[in-house]
Amino acid sequence: MNWEILGVWLGALVTFCLYSFLYRDNPFYKFAEHLFVGMSAGYWVIYNIENVLIPNWWQNMVPPEGGFNWIWIIPGIFALFMLARMVPKTAGLSRLALGMIIGAGAGLNMVSFFQTNAMAQVKGTIISVATGSAWDIFSSLVLVVGVVSGLVYFFFSKAHTGVVGKTANVGITILMIAFGASFGYTIMARLSLLIGRCQFLMEDWLPTIPQLLGIGG
Amino acid sequence: MAGFIEKLGNTDRRIIFILIALSVIIPISLNLIFPNPVGAEPSRDLFEYVDALPEGSNVLVSFDYDPSTMPELQPMAEAVVAHLFKKNANVVGMALWPQGASLGQDAMSHMADSLGKVQYEDWCNLGYKSGGGVMIVRLGSSMSAVFPTDKDNVPWSEIPMLRNITDLESFSLIISLSAGDPGIIAWVMMGGDRFGVPIGGGCTAVSAPTLYTYLQTGQMVGMLGGLKGAADYETLVGIKDGQAVRGMAPQSVAHLVIMLFIIIGNVAYFTEKKKGGAR
Repeated sequence: MNWEILGVWLGALVTFCLYSFLYRDNPFYKFAEHLFVGMSAGYWVIYNIENVLIPNWWQNMVPPEGGFNWIWIIPGIFALFMLARMVPKTAGLSRLALGMIIGAGAGLNMVSFFQTNAMAQVKGTIISVATGSAWDIFSSLVLVVGVVSGLVYFFFSKAHTGVVGKTANVGITILMIAFGASFGYTIMARLSLLIGRCQFLMEDWLPTIPQLLGIGG
Repeated sequence: MAGFIEKLGNTDRRIIFILIALSVIIPISLNLIFPNPVGAEPSRDLFEYVDALPEGSNVLVSFDYDPSTMPELQPMAEAVVAHLFKKNANVVGMALWPQGASLGQDAMSHMADSLGKVQYEDWCNLGYKSGGGVMIVRLGSSMSAVFPTDKDNVPWSEIPMLRNITDLESFSLIISLSAGDPGIIAWVMMGGDRFGVPIGGGCTAVSAPTLYTYLQTGQMVGMLGGLKGAADYETLVGIKDGQAVRGMAPQSVAHLVIMLFIIIGNVAYFTEKKKGGAR
């Protein structure tokens, strides 16, 4: 049996089952959906044992060259604490492990996140609007007007009337343009996935039919 | 006429699905390829940055995606790796997403075979490591501590091309091909802003608008956004009939169909509103 062809056929059949939902909900779709969820769960368990637990924890505790590093028992115990949530009496232990994860994450990210996503972005809007080509000046003006009017739209301590109201209207227009661009990109992404599937069906799966029927290369 | 437009406005969604499917299937079956002009875009910025790297530069490519986003990111990976190989860069692959390691291996070995590059001399794949941003911080102090072996368990010390690499600052450029978190943002935060290594990237079209902000501030040297970004890079590198370039024809036709339905929907809405029917 040619395993490659079998794989292509399975991929094609599951693709058809999933796309059948576009017509209406049906048992083929349900089968493919449950197959996907079940296989993903099984795959992830094995993948994480093989690629996370064994190399990152087990091989550090019991090195292949011999010996035993007892210190690695501690992260193992913390990992077990995470599972303690499943038993109501011991659920509180999981907070210790979660606290460590959240504390380490928050500590590491606090400064970096603020620097990257706040300071650098604010700095990026403080620009000269009178340098460069005519297009650069126009772009800079759009940036300044967009940022200021967008901020005014979210300023609720003053009624959106008069100059404030007009500025807020410009702000919401800019926001809508940004959302529109974002939505357009989302459509492009979803279409890319459809194109990928169609390329698979037409370039990988279709040529196997004459091959199986013995009427082609 | 108004009745016809109203009927069009109430078209069964399944007819729209069929038309979208046809708009994708027909260009693929006709093998249509549309010209893909690349202007002064972030994809060109990334290409020019890579092109200007001196020969023998160390470049880290992080494959931070999985098969669900392959149609967009795999052509990008192949085009970027091909360009790096052509520039004789030392390409070190790794992944923040578990399945990214295998997809990166596919891209690198495929391009290495066609361009005559040798594993462990010109390229290697360190594989996947969990931890995201926290792990990147550790890479900043010691790469070999995080990756004592590569994906195939070959010890770091036995890989010739890694001899001059100690930490993240050993790299002239980091390129993250990212489908979400952890991905480009983690690399910009930790690799770029913390350790000062230039960051380039490629991402799905969904996340592109969020990441454009890092281009204007100079936190990224260039970016490939979605299938269009991948097609741009294929064009710039000179890959003939690449998967992304071939994908742009169905993409363009499907966009035209969608635009047509948006116009029809709006005309139907305003026609009905004029009659006092729309809410």
